[in-house]
Amino acid sequence: MCTYQTERVIVRGSGKSRQGWMKVTDATVYFDHPVHFPAGHALMIDVTDPTKGPDARIALELDPASARALADAILLTLDHAPAGLLAEFAPS
Amino acid sequence: MTHNLIADTISLTGHGEDQIEAYLAQPTDADRVGSIVVIHHMPGYDEDTKEICRKFAANGYNALMPNLYSREAPGADPDDAAALVRANGGVPDERLVGDVEAAMQRLTSLSNSNGKVASIGHCSGGRQSFLAGCRLPLDAVIDCYGAFVTLDAPAEMPFKFKAVVGEAPNLSAPVLGLFGADDQNPTIEQVAVLDEALTKAGKEHEFHTYEGAGHAFFWVSRPSYRPETAKEGWSVIFEFLGRTIS
Repeated sequence: MCTYQTERVIVRGSGKSRQGWMKVTDATVYFDHPVHFPAGHALMIDVTDPTKGPDARIALELDPASARALADAILLTLDHAPAGLLAEFAPS
Repeated sequence: MTHNLIADTISLTGHGEDQIEAYLAQPTDADRVGSIVVIHHMPGYDEDTKEICRKFAANGYNALMPNLYSREAPGADPDDAAALVRANGGVPDERLVGDVEAAMQRLTSLSNSNGKVASIGHCSGGRQSFLAGCRLPLDAVIDCYGAFVTLDAPAEMPFKFKAVVGEAPNLSAPVLGLFGADDQNPTIEQVAVLDEALTKAGKEHEFHTYEGAGHAFFWVSRPSYRPETAKEGWSVIFEFLGRTIS
């Protein structure tokens, strides 16, 4: 089935797409048919800068366990980052 | 017998007089043939759906697939275009209908056309094919496991799909519906609701629900592909087109 479910997130950072390194501003997360990963459905992540065109996109297609492991790893990494290094991102 | 064919990318004046890309496949050794508008699935104007167009041509039908994502992503790879359109909430129904109408007009203007036109869509295109049949003068409508025909998309989704079953009394043509028994969208229960609505509206329809198949059983390059079911489904499709647009 097509789930159509989509979560959208505003992000700030950079990524490497077909255009090379670029600023990224938006991310969408959804569970639907992958284009390349050989499964009926996958956890899909697109990180983009919509102002730079459709191919300004970094795409991931992950199985659910991989997606959860990645999410956990991201949170763990942030939790363990020295507070001093996170200071530059503190709201002013 | 399969026909010789030619396939090419063309420019089509779509909804709102927009110039959009489209893929046209035609048999070159047959005259007075029926035509079909191929509505691509949500993953886009992709190679597998172009192959579907060529299959129709090889079987003696003109087939035209408008690129529904031309406006947002001209020239983009299908997956990039699909991701962008998805993030923007999908294709508006009114625009879809306008693009299908433009495709119908182009098809009937072809020198080898017999003047009859069908529509077919898979997945999101199944709903759109049904919708087109309710709003345009088609001669046959094929809905392959279209979701959100009988119920609205949930509010939390970015897509604003509304159920179109209420438009069934306006259907212009017989409907062929092909579904997988294991599909969750549409479920067997939702297919039954559509079946009942068409019966109540007095609309000719023929539904097939295949055991052992789920969503996207026609999609040849994905694990959801079910070769035996797809082969049977193609046979049913060509029998249906033979009696409606040939």
